Amino acid sequence: MELINQHTKAIMEGCKERARDAGLSFTNESLEYIVTNRDLLELMPKVMIPTLYDYWVHDLEVLREKGKYELYPHNPYETVINTRPPISFYNDNNPDWLNVMIFYHVLGHIDFFQNNLYFRHTWDYDFTGQALSDKRLIARLRSEKGHWVDYVIEFARAIDNLVNYHGELARLYVPDTAVMSERLDYYFDVFLQRLKHVPVSDYLKEVARYNDCLKEFGEQGEKTFFSEAVKKYPELEAHFAKQDGRLSPRRDLLQYLMDESPFLNRDENEWMKQVMEIVRNTSIFFQPQIRTKIMNEGWASYWHEKLFLQDDRIKGHEVDFARVHAGVTSLPRVGLNPYALGMRLFTWLDELGDTGRYSLAYQRLAGAESRKRFDTGAGQGQEFIFRIRENLCDYLFIKEFIDQDFTDRYKLFVVDRRLDQQRQVWQYFVKSRKSEEYRQMLLDTLYHPPVIEVDQERTYGGQLSLVHRFEGKQLVREYLANTMLGIEFLWGGPVSLETSDGIMERPSGSPQGEGAGGGEIRWQRVKYTMHEKVLSRQLVERI
Amino acid sequence: MRNDLEAYLEELRTRGLTPQREARLRAELETAGAEHAPPASEPGTGPFAGFFRSVYAAADLLDLQRGAAVERPVTQIQKSLDELLERDRRREEDGFPRKIRVGKLVKPGRGTAGKVVVVPTTEEEKFIHDPTVRPQEEGGTGGTGDEGEGEVIGEQPVRPEGQGTGTGPGQGEGEAHELESSAYDLGKTLTEKFQLPNLKEKGKKRSLTRYTYDLTDRNRGFGQVLDKKATLRKIIESNISLGNIPDVADIDPSRFLIAPRDKVYRILSREKDFDSQAMVFFLRDYSGSMSGKVTELVATQHVLIYSWLIYQYAGQVESRFILHDTEAKEVPDFYTYYNSQVAGGTEVASAYRLVNEIVAKEGLAKDYNIYVFHGTDGDDWDSGGDKALPELREMIRYASRVGVTIAEHGLGTSGGTEVSRYLENSGLLTERPELIRMDVMQEDADEPRLIEGIKKLIS
Repeated sequence: MELINQHTKAIMEGCKERARDAGLSFTNESLEYIVTNRDLLELMPKVMIPTLYDYWVHDLEVLREKGKYELYPHNPYETVINTRPPISFYNDNNPDWLNVMIFYHVLGHIDFFQNNLYFRHTWDYDFTGQALSDKRLIARLRSEKGHWVDYVIEFARAIDNLVNYHGELARLYVPDTAVMSERLDYYFDVFLQRLKHVPVSDYLKEVARYNDCLKEFGEQGEKTFFSEAVKKYPELEAHFAKQDGRLSPRRDLLQYLMDESPFLNRDENEWMKQVMEIVRNTSIFFQPQIRTKIMNEGWASYWHEKLFLQDDRIKGHEVDFARVHAGVTSLPRVGLNPYALGMRLFTWLDELGDTGRYSLAYQRLAGAESRKRFDTGAGQGQEFIFRIRENLCDYLFIKEFIDQDFTDRYKLFVVDRRLDQQRQVWQYFVKSRKSEEYRQMLLDTLYHPPVIEVDQERTYGGQLSLVHRFEGKQLVREYLANTMLGIEFLWGGPVSLETSDGIMERPSGSPQGEGAGGGEIRWQRVKYTMHEKVLSRQLVERI
Repeated sequence: MRNDLEAYLEELRTRGLTPQREARLRAELETAGAEHAPPASEPGTGPFAGFFRSVYAAADLLDLQRGAAVERPVTQIQKSLDELLERDRRREEDGFPRKIRVGKLVKPGRGTAGKVVVVPTTEEEKFIHDPTVRPQEEGGTGGTGDEGEGEVIGEQPVRPEGQGTGTGPGQGEGEAHELESSAYDLGKTLTEKFQLPNLKEKGKKRSLTRYTYDLTDRNRGFGQVLDKKATLRKIIESNISLGNIPDVADIDPSRFLIAPRDKVYRILSREKDFDSQAMVFFLRDYSGSMSGKVTELVATQHVLIYSWLIYQYAGQVESRFILHDTEAKEVPDFYTYYNSQVAGGTEVASAYRLVNEIVAKEGLAKDYNIYVFHGTDGDDWDSGGDKALPELREMIRYASRVGVTIAEHGLGTSGGTEVSRYLENSGLLTERPELIRMDVMQEDADEPRLIEGIKKLIS
């Protein structure tokens, strides 16, 4: 890997100035490298982090057919990595005008990495530096413990999608004053809502009453509040006492194992936790990237288009640019393109902000003509999209902003295909033009690891009990055995997993295979148990 | 066909069926009307390539910078293969299942873009959602255009054009080579690393000369040896056309007019020598019960066997692929063999019969070492093997080895499948162990188990 030459670096610096003037913000320093195919071969398995720890799986072809992006969410062909300073990779001999475009795109990404709040936990350190020290640690452990280090990496990687990234993120944002007493949490979160099912108005009244108590009695406020509450619900204390000491489910399996595993907490196995910590941190580092793919690509594309067209240095290459730009950001006839979709959404939102359409007044308008002409002249488009770039992730971005106006404007629809048995052709057809369905289809394609929690209530007698919160999709069954084998090793005892299995009831003659889906599915709650490397399965009776 | 099967099922029922077996057969019957759709064309090409593309597949280096995806050269992996296999062996010692698979097919495709490359691979298992198990109405992707709801945007043939069955001249040459060259390496690895036995030649001399010279071609007018019968036939033909034979019942040879062109000679010519070659028949059950893991197991094992034979015969192996449900058919390539969908009932005998027919019709028995490998889940509507066993007996008269792999579903107890039962009962396995072998495994068998199975089948 070589740094780009001074001439190209000067172009980059020029891009930075112009991007800053347009409102983007990023650190001053950045590193740009030229990569050859040979470099790429080494970088790809390490998801473009040059200093990532070594692992034997990186040395061979990995099968990625089933659920490719659920298994390997971070794309190995990214150009920019979110480090301090940010590092980006370039093909050799790009022409200058193309570099201008790519640099703007890269700066869009860097701005996004450094300002979107989902990346908050990556702001305070340089990941390549961290990775380098991790790599050295693993190398040292290998020389001490031999190949057992690789088993620990393997087993930890097998569950590195169960890390409760959102919980990690939430910790960074909870202000100290928001920490309430357990009793108060219980009263408002569980007791009133789940046990008593009080109407919203009553609930709000209680909140108001609590605030009043605080105002009036200060430190003694909570006590006073509860003396009233107990009068109303004499059973409250008994319920709370029962609840107290009860263990809530834990989402972060990796962390749970590090904290609680009797096996890992033996003195001679303490080192394994260091390895697991590395795997866990790496996973958490990459989480926001996958959850902001459409926004991030859209944001970068929006800016490379806008800034390139304003750039005075590229005169004469407008047509070249148009070709490359269209190739990247044109809406595919069939398929999803994050660049195209994200860029159009940002352009659209820019317009909404400028015309003041993101408002109740606009939403209330019914007449098509008056909607078309609606313009308050608010001129807040830029401010609006910068706020979105700071605060949202793909899920919220799509859920909030894809509406009928948007899908109509860009003629978007949901495509599906069916088999014409007679003529032996796949027919691709417009399944729906409704924005709700388009939105739902998009949301369904987003990265979403299963929610698997440690049921602390049922974890006893040396057996770890996991519960999969069923969301209409079963787990890949072939993967259960090896994954649970790893957990059994890390836990040092039997492990059970409660999940749901589907039984397909295919109508006769239905096409099979990917894309065709099945017929009716009957769901069954089952429990898999891994004990001494043997997996068993039993039905769970529904109560 | 379906009605026939129903009647057949009734008949079987009167003869006595266990409830589980009946349920299984009924389930197969349900799919009997379905087509064995040919393998879907490779997504990733054509105008609808985007249908399967995830948003996460886009990346700046590929899309923005127009870089090409970098393929890791197979050779680079092979270099460290020894080390990897050593690691895998140690895994077993440490009490964990092996993880490196050498026989996995990557990117099976059709046509020029499709290659079958055999490389060592692995998988990193995690808890993830299974995208294939979902209700029918879900699914789809995005699109853009002016069409209204329900309108068809376009069509794509299930079987890409220019991909008719049968091999035209030159077609798929490079492709076949691709499989063969990596299969050869794989065969070598298998033989060396997994201590697969070397092949013992029975009687026939192995020669690497591919050509032999023989007086086989016919030539009119001149040559080395006069072919009297052919010459006489030619003379009569000419004389009939000259009107020189008034009464066919009474021919007088002395009146024949003989033209020099009528003389047919045999001349020396170059012939391909098939003597030292092996012909492998791969038979696969693709009935309704074969869905999922069992098919993959059978196909993977067949790739491994193929590779091993290629190595043993120094590349001189021809392979034929046969699929069967209640009827058998031959398919042109491994891709179709591997990917054709399952449906319908099962009748093992049909496949054996087809092999016997092909061998008889093409006279293969005298020129080839014939190997037959059959993969099934062990279910057969033909209880007791009344039809299959005679065909099998016929087959072992000429075959060098018949290997039957049964990948059992986790349902029954071991050895409980129909095919294994009638094979055991027939006594063939103990009578002629040098000619016929059977290997029964569970459907969750892993690669070492497969290789173990191959040893059993071919040793």
